[in-house]
Amino acid sequence: MDKIPILRMGAFLLVTIQVDLYDRLALNLEADLVQMVNKTSAKGVLIDISAVSIVDSFMGRIIGNIASMSKILDAETVVVGMQPAVAITLIELGLPLKGVHTALDMEKGMKLLKSMIDETEEDADEDQTHDDFIAE
Amino acid sequence: MMTLSLSKDTIQVLKEQDVVFLKNRIKETAVKIKMGLVNQTRLLTAASELVRNMMRYADGGVCIIEVVSSGRVNGVRLTFSDRGPGIPDIQAAMRDGFSTGKSLGLGLPGTKRLVNEFDIKSKVGQGTVVTILKWANG
Ligand SMILES: Nc1ncnc2c1ncn2[C@@H]1O[C@H](COP(=O)(O)OP(=O)(O)OP(=O)(O)O)[C@@H](O)[C@H]1O
Ligand SMILES: [Mg+2]
Repeated sequence: MDKIPILRMGAFLLVTIQVDLYDRLALNLEADLVQMVNKTSAKGVLIDISAVSIVDSFMGRIIGNIASMSKILDAETVVVGMQPAVAITLIELGLPLKGVHTALDMEKGMKLLKSMIDETEEDADEDQTHDDFIAE
Repeated sequence: MMTLSLSKDTIQVLKEQDVVFLKNRIKETAVKIKMGLVNQTRLLTAASELVRNMMRYADGGVCIIEVVSSGRVNGVRLTFSDRGPGIPDIQAAMRDGFSTGKSLGLGLPGTKRLVNEFDIKSKVGQGTVVTILKWANG
């Protein structure tokens, strides 16, 4: 079965989508990513869609699902490199990418993730009892 | 507006591979008439919504790809027809957020916003025909 590789980099998971996804591939990615976030206790998910030329409501929903499920598992999702034509089309289509952060490229996406995680860690400092369970 | 059909291509869509093939053909056609990139993206996204509906609600159907001309400009017209259950209330189906498939209900109204011309005809028990047209520019 076709799979999109998920790379682990420290507390982050990186996914580069190099082809226009057909539905089954997108569904597999959704399941794999959520599983990986759970297994690795990742704090952030970066999805590079710079090579994707079409995001329809189905794909948009998958991206939204990944973001909201990751959020439940305490990870933020950043989508990077969305082509301008895709961004315009998504707006006209009326698709709300709820809970999904966007950045221009991987570097900026990484920065954004780091800043979001720093913020949540500051919040967590007040109540440190959970940290021991997360550490591997 | 009078439009002239310059070429016509009929593609059966029953399986997921057919969907990939269809999208490639639409893309080729759009490129051939030098459609702008944003319009190509709009057209392909619209097609993606309609072909998904056809697969999900009607187990597939047929798409006709035409190059049309108004004399001055060319465009791509796509006609999706199926022999599925049909849509009992088209007005409702065209509303943002209406879905019988537990989905976002964006496909039809969103598609209409992405194209220059949009037409939908449906008869319960007979099927559904959706026609869209996108000009190369504008
Ligand atoms: N080809 C079709 N045959 C029968 N019913 C259809 C067809 N296309 C759409 N419908 C009906 O119209 C409704 C609205 O379609 P639309 O594409 O707007 O939303 P959706 O498919 O439910 O959700 P989304 O496209 O956002 O995933 C569908 O829920 C379905 O009931
Ligand atoms: Mg739909």
